[in-house]
Amino acid sequence: MTLEALVEAGPVLGVDGVSYAYGARKVLSGVSFAVRPGQFHTLLGLNGAGKTTLISLITGLFHTRTGHMAVMGHDIARTPIMALTRLGIVFQARTLDPDLTVLRNLAYHGALRGLPPKVVRARALDILERFALASRRDDPVRTLSGGQQRRVEIARALIHEPSVLVLDEPTAGLDPAARTDIVALVRALVAERGLGVLWTTHLFDEIVPSDAVTVLHQGRVLFDGIAQELAQAGSLGEGFRRLTERVAP
Amino acid sequence: MSDRVSGGTSAWVHCFLGILTREMLRFVMQRGRFLSALVRPLVWLFVFAAGFRTVMGMSIIPPYATYVLYEVYVTPGLSAMILLFGGMQSSLAMVYDREMGSMRVLLTSPFPRWYLLIAKLVAGVIVAVAQVYVFLAIAWFWEVKAPAFGYLTALPALILSGVMLGAIGLLLSSMIKQLENFASVMNFVIFPMFFTSSALYPIWKIEESSPLLAFICRFNPFTHAVELIRFALYNEVAWTSLAVVAGASLVALAWSVAAYNPARSAATFRALARNYTNGH
Repeated sequence: MTLEALVEAGPVLGVDGVSYAYGARKVLSGVSFAVRPGQFHTLLGLNGAGKTTLISLITGLFHTRTGHMAVMGHDIARTPIMALTRLGIVFQARTLDPDLTVLRNLAYHGALRGLPPKVVRARALDILERFALASRRDDPVRTLSGGQQRRVEIARALIHEPSVLVLDEPTAGLDPAARTDIVALVRALVAERGLGVLWTTHLFDEIVPSDAVTVLHQGRVLFDGIAQELAQAGSLGEGFRRLTERVAP
Repeated sequence: MSDRVSGGTSAWVHCFLGILTREMLRFVMQRGRFLSALVRPLVWLFVFAAGFRTVMGMSIIPPYATYVLYEVYVTPGLSAMILLFGGMQSSLAMVYDREMGSMRVLLTSPFPRWYLLIAKLVAGVIVAVAQVYVFLAIAWFWEVKAPAFGYLTALPALILSGVMLGAIGLLLSSMIKQLENFASVMNFVIFPMFFTSSALYPIWKIEESSPLLAFICRFNPFTHAVELIRFALYNEVAWTSLAVVAGASLVALAWSVAAYNPARSAATFRALARNYTNGH
């Protein structure tokens, strides 16, 4: 399918009226937005805004009866298998097995997606080459730097060729060079493959003016549009502060 | 709309083999775990049983046709002990995976959660049963021998017992909130289960000193795992034990699958999920 056809087909990830509570404490309230193919979509919010809870819902780790979420039109609650098959996930915490080699980690993930080992190996070698990790493929993950481990996690999320990639604060804990490297890598994937990306962050410098941005604050969507609209005449940070200061804590 | 994994049956097989490979690699790579899993029952066999042989009089009880040495009596119990530790080790690994985050990789696989949990359980059982056979082989050289065919008939008993103990471990892993709490599992699950069973002494012997303890032993599912293995090693079926072990396996498995399902057991899963969200 061409990028134009994908765009016409609708959002790769749709979130509609999603709410969630930990017991009596509501952490998400009527959250709605859509990620389009070939779009770098940022979910911007401070720590505690509800970003990770939302990612847990999108990835099926949590379940909610309020609202709907769909990946490529497949409802996550009703058809989780179809939805998860099309979703690539990079969690905030490191989720690689540090004792296993890079290739073994990718093989494990491919198996969990039901892919034949030969297919996984071929794709893994291809992606590792692309991510400049081919020479480290037989090294245990614990010997890799933080930035390299993140790249392996992104490579892993691409093994089953998803339509949408969800990354939860993927640059957390990385040095500036590694951060720039990861952002550039994912932006290249968006441009080359037409992948839809949902990128959660609280760092304004990871966002460019043409990016789609959803501002999540205290579990509510305060803004859903293009970054330059949020920034208006000033910087993105100023626009964000103007928006969030209006909301009582 | 149908909700099926693409790739047909082979996709399910690839998924299981992937989980099994990871379990085996982890076991082999953790040499300390490999050694302790083997040394523990051997110490019991070579030291404890050798010392006990002189003070413990064994009468002829089924499935034994003659008087047997204490080492022979205790071997099925030690085999079950390997499965018990194997099950608890898998449980510990689940809690560790949850704290480290790698559990998320497993649980966000498109395969149904029940399948992923059963695959993980079966993979753990295969590793544990292989350890039992290594132990039985060493015991064989120590002149602790069962009928040759018994080593084959013991296999289903070992698998079923392993499934039961693994399922109990899985259930415990859904209840333990933090890795630090795992020490209490040793004190409150492994030791009571092992010592209030027929693994070390026959129940009639326990009854002589404490009818209450004997009563508890009869209700302990671990006793039935031991007896199932003991009889199977002598080409016999302990039907009551088979029913208890199968029943306990089903209950523990159903319960743990429910505990790991976010839609059906929100409270339990929220406790599990707390580690996933750093202040969400």
